[in-house]
Amino acid sequence: MTYTDNNATTRVADEVLEAMLPFFSEKYGNPASMYLFAQESKHPIDAARKQVADFLNAGSTEAIIFTSCGTESNNTAIFGALAALPGKNHFITTAVEHPSVLNLAKELEKRGYSTTILPVDNKGLISLDVLRDSITENTALVSIMWANNETGVISPLEEACAICHEKGVLFHTDAVQSAGKIPIDVQKADVDLLSISGHKIHAPKGIGALYVKSGTRMKPLLIGGHHENGRRAGTQNVQGIVGLGKACELASIFIEDEVTRVKELRDKLESGLLKRIPKSHVNGSIENRIPNTTNITFEFIEGEAMLLSMSDFGICASSGSACTSGSLEPSHVLLAMGVPHSLAHGAVRFSLSRYNTEEDIDYIIEKLPGVIERLREMSPFG
Amino acid sequence: MWEYTDKVLEYFRNPKNMGEIEDPDGIGEVGSLDCGDVMRLTLKIEPETEKILDAKFKTFGCASAIASASILTELIIGKTVDEALKVTDKQIIEELGGLPCAKIHCSVMGYDALVAAINNYRGIDKKEGNVICKCFNVTDKHIEEVVREHNLHTIEEITNYTKAGGGCGKCHPEIQEILDRIWE
Repeated sequence: MTYTDNNATTRVADEVLEAMLPFFSEKYGNPASMYLFAQESKHPIDAARKQVADFLNAGSTEAIIFTSCGTESNNTAIFGALAALPGKNHFITTAVEHPSVLNLAKELEKRGYSTTILPVDNKGLISLDVLRDSITENTALVSIMWANNETGVISPLEEACAICHEKGVLFHTDAVQSAGKIPIDVQKADVDLLSISGHKIHAPKGIGALYVKSGTRMKPLLIGGHHENGRRAGTQNVQGIVGLGKACELASIFIEDEVTRVKELRDKLESGLLKRIPKSHVNGSIENRIPNTTNITFEFIEGEAMLLSMSDFGICASSGSACTSGSLEPSHVLLAMGVPHSLAHGAVRFSLSRYNTEEDIDYIIEKLPGVIERLREMSPFG
Repeated sequence: MWEYTDKVLEYFRNPKNMGEIEDPDGIGEVGSLDCGDVMRLTLKIEPETEKILDAKFKTFGCASAIASASILTELIIGKTVDEALKVTDKQIIEELGGLPCAKIHCSVMGYDALVAAINNYRGIDKKEGNVICKCFNVTDKHIEEVVREHNLHTIEEITNYTKAGGGCGKCHPEIQEILDRIWE
C-alpha cells in the first residue's frame, strides 16, 4: 500500500503505541480515584500535558485541556468562549474552515448569533483588510484555521490575530492540519485558543487537545464531573492522552524532517505529476502551504473514479469531487476559492507524512499517468 | 465510503462498449461537467428493423456512472428501439446488483441518455419543462416523471434519483409542491 492521505488520518507511531500499551491492562486505574493504583494513571497524564504544552510552547501546563478530537476542541473553544461573553453575539470565521467550524457557524445563526464568513481569493487566502472591516463592537470571537486540510494553504495567522487583539476580540485557530507540519508557537502567535487532533500527528483517533491562553474566560462544553480542572467533564482517556503527549514530543523532534525531506518528496511528486500529465494544475497558493500537501486538478475526469482506480494500485488519496464529499456538491474549499465545479470534481489531494519514502513517490508518478489516461479515454471531454 | 457490488467494480474496471460510434444514428448526451456527471451514448441502428446493432458510451463521472452506462449498452444491443425504450433504470440497478442510495441518479442518467439518443434518432426535440433545481439543472417535468415512475414521496428520494434539491436547497418548496400536487 502507498498511503498518501495523511491529512485524513495518520498511522500511530510505534513509539506512541509502545507508550500507550501499559494503560490498557496494567495501569488501568481511573485517574480520579483515591488509591495508589490510580496514581499510576494520573501522573502520566501530567507528564503528557507537559509534552503537549512544550510542543505548543504554551508556557504552562494549565493551558492544555484534553478532548476527544479536533472537532470537540473546536466546539469547546467556540461555544465555550461565546457562552462566556453573553453581551456579544457576532462570530467571524472563513469560508474554507473544516465543517466542525463552518457547520457550527450555521448552528450559531439558528441560535440567534450573527456570523460573518470571510471569503478567500483564488489562492485560498483571506484578506486582512476585510477581516479588520468585519469586526464590530459586537464581535465576540474570530476563528481562522492555521492551515487548510484540502489545499494545505497557510493563513496569515499572526497578522489576523494581531488585528483581532487590536480590537479587543478573542482569536481561535484550528491548528489540526498545521501542528506537526510547521512550527507552532502559541506565545509567538499570541492566540487565545488553539485546537489540535491526535490522529493527524501519529497519535490514535479519539484524542485531541485545546490550548486556552491563561485568563481566557470559557464555559465548558461537556458538563459532568470535575475532570480537567472543571473544564471538560468525562473520565480521561489515559492511553490516548499518553499517546498524544508522546506524539507531540516526536512531532517536535521530526519537524525539521517534515519541512525539508517530506517537503522535497511532496515537491517531487507534484512536479512529476504535472510534468507527465497534461491539463493538470495545483489548487491553492504554492508559496504559503504546509510542506506535505498537494491538491491537483486533473481535467475532464472525476475524483471518485480516480481514487478507486488508484486504490486498485494500492494508492490512498482524497478528492474534492462531489461523489467523495458525501454530498452532491464538490469541495466547499475549492468552490470558495472560485474553482469552477467542473474542475473541483477532478481534484485529488495527496498528503504525505514522515513515513513516506522516495519509493512511494516514484510509484505514484509511475502509475498515475496511466490511470488518468484510461479515465480520459472514457470521458466525453478527454 | 460507498459499498459497491463486485459487478459495479467489474464494470468500472473493465467496462464494455466504451467509446464512440463513428457516424452514429442516434446521440444522447445528458448531465454536465458542473454537475459532476456526463453520459454520452451513441447508437448504430439498422434502418429496416430498427434494431440497435451497436451502442457505445463515454462517461465523465464516478464508478456508478461508468458502470451504469456500460451495462446499459449491453442491455440494449440487439433490441429494437421500441424494445430498448422499455429498459428502465431499475433494470440497470438490478443488473449491477444494486447501487448505493445516493448513486441511484446514475442509473436514472443512463435511462435519460438512452431516451435522448432515441429521440435524437427519431428527430424529436424533447427539451420541455421549467428548470426547478438550478444547481443541477433539473426540470419539473423530469421530477414528475421520476416521481410517478418510482413512486417517490419525499424530497430526499427525489434527490437520490435526480440530484434535484441536493445543492443549495432553495428549490425544496417547489419540489414539495410537485409532490403535493401528484399525491393529493
